[in-house]
Amino acid sequence: MRISVQLNDFDIGKELKFFNNDDTNIGAVVSFHGIVRNNCAKSLLHMDIEQYPGMTQKAISKYVEIAVERWSLYDALVIHRHGKLLLGDQIMMVATAARHRRDAFQSAEFLMDYLKSRAPFWKKEVTKDGYQWVKSVLDDESALERWT
Amino acid sequence: MIKVLYFAWVRERVGVPYEIVETQSRTVMELVEELKQKERRYEVAFSDLSAIKVAINQELCEFDTKLSGATEIAFFPPMTGG
Repeated sequence: MRISVQLNDFDIGKELKFFNNDDTNIGAVVSFHGIVRNNCAKSLLHMDIEQYPGMTQKAISKYVEIAVERWSLYDALVIHRHGKLLLGDQIMMVATAARHRRDAFQSAEFLMDYLKSRAPFWKKEVTKDGYQWVKSVLDDESALERWT
Repeated sequence: MIKVLYFAWVRERVGVPYEIVETQSRTVMELVEELKQKERRYEVAFSDLSAIKVAINQELCEFDTKLSGATEIAFFPPMTGG
């Protein structure tokens, strides 16, 4: 299990290569990564991601532990960046390793749903006219219901 | 004494990232009311509590949660990670 909250970029290929590749029980690895996209007005200059340093690691660990237990994962990886990110930059990645693909897919989705609305990160979109905090959407909150 | 932290637009409205508060309040809500009476900027920050989440000792909680044992309390908008 590895959780990293970092300023720097990450190399998905390298991360997955070292992602518990010596466990012979693993038959499926699912990975997801999110990237900075433009806003609807196509005016995004960059994004600033704020975090609550003491709480981020703790909150992510909590949900990773739940996922490992619920889907019998052999390994899980979460990387989330903070600070200034440019258009096209990688924001975060999640990877899960299980015996079968169904567990790997479901646990990765579960982690993504919880990271979106339970890990203390806040996105700010900066444009030439100023900035605005990204609003949370009701869909993100209701996405959690299917896991309860 | 409790360390009170603010994030994102809550931090911007309050004007500081954190402060140490001496309080007799028993719940989160009482503390919010106490702050709102202190200065206008808190009133602005806490005008719509449905848009604010709260954590005690880095765990999400509710506004009616008791403050006993709290060393750190944080106020912030709904998270937008991922």
